[in-house]
Amino acid sequence: MNKFKILTRGFIAENPVFVLLLGMCPTLGVTTSAINGMGMGLATAFVLLMSNIFISSLKNMIPNMVRIPAFIVIIASFVTVVDLVMEAYVPALYESLGLYIPLIVVNCIVLGRAEAFASKNNVINSAIDGLGMGLGFTFALTLLGSVREILGSGAIFNYKFISPDADGLLVFVLAPGAFFALGYLIVIMNSFKKA
Amino acid sequence: MAKDNSNIINMSVTLFLITAISAVVLASVFSLTKEPIAQAKAQKLETAVKNVMPEFDRLEQKEVPAFDMPDKKLLLNIAYKGDEIVGYAINSYTNKGFAGDINVMVGLLVDGTINDTYVLEHKETPGLGSKMSDDKFKNQFKGLNPATKKLFVKKDGGDVDAITAATISSRAFCDALIRAVETLKTMEGKNNE
Repeated sequence: MNKFKILTRGFIAENPVFVLLLGMCPTLGVTTSAINGMGMGLATAFVLLMSNIFISSLKNMIPNMVRIPAFIVIIASFVTVVDLVMEAYVPALYESLGLYIPLIVVNCIVLGRAEAFASKNNVINSAIDGLGMGLGFTFALTLLGSVREILGSGAIFNYKFISPDADGLLVFVLAPGAFFALGYLIVIMNSFKKA
Repeated sequence: MAKDNSNIINMSVTLFLITAISAVVLASVFSLTKEPIAQAKAQKLETAVKNVMPEFDRLEQKEVPAFDMPDKKLLLNIAYKGDEIVGYAINSYTNKGFAGDINVMVGLLVDGTINDTYVLEHKETPGLGSKMSDDKFKNQFKGLNPATKKLFVKKDGGDVDAITAATISSRAFCDALIRAVETLKTMEGKNNE
């Protein structure tokens, strides 16, 4: 498989959210606005990239039977680094993402890529895979966040384009709206793939 | 990774090394970010105080017990202009929020009227309860005197316009305001004795 294909398949063909349906908890939980989705996506992308690089370079040293705990320790360390750095330098975003940052540890995408790709491929390909999947996740979360923000609060990236006193379709900001929006986005994505 | 090469020694050694290295890395990141995190928090409190107070020269910070819960300390910032007190900014809270505690900085003038409010921390529903930091809701408290107006939502017989579809958050917000007002009263009462 060539490197370009590894990088791009995370966006459409094997998008973690729209196709693989992995990491649904943060996907539905944080995408109340475009900026939240993007922040969460980038945080996950960083963890994916770094954990893929480390796991792939250590894969021959880690005995088979303890590989899952070893992977989890590596992933959890990077998540904690992201958590601390975000609290220090982007406190506002850190607050709105809240609990979902530590939860990246148990995100299926991160361990899934470590187990399915990084532990079987070389460092460069694993890094590209982590970046592609991470950006695909960011793309999906930003898209879902934008749809929900536009419909739910009449704004995009906190820029409100309807009258300041008016309300959007509030249901899209609430939990059920996350499911509606995600469902329709998957339908649209699938129709693209068929065509 | 095709063949299983695990034995008790290499498993323990590898896991030990990985956890030890992680611990060192995390400890150094923690000590590197400790300062900026503390600064970001202090900055936030400062912005909050500036937002709810009229112009002032210096602040005096004090911890006062909440009027209904003597064990819970609230941070009180006394703002001075010259030697005169111009107002009090109380970091009040409520546990009646729709989702967890709400932290509000409440600015009170010397005559007891509310100058302004600033929500420091909340976990209310975005788009509903989160509107308590919007001007539309906030502005009704500016210059409001708790002695003449009742700090309850209209549904409960008070004078406060609740946020549409977020009565619980509005009630909680009023609760935090009342806590600030009463705490200050209790404190002043003690000082006059």
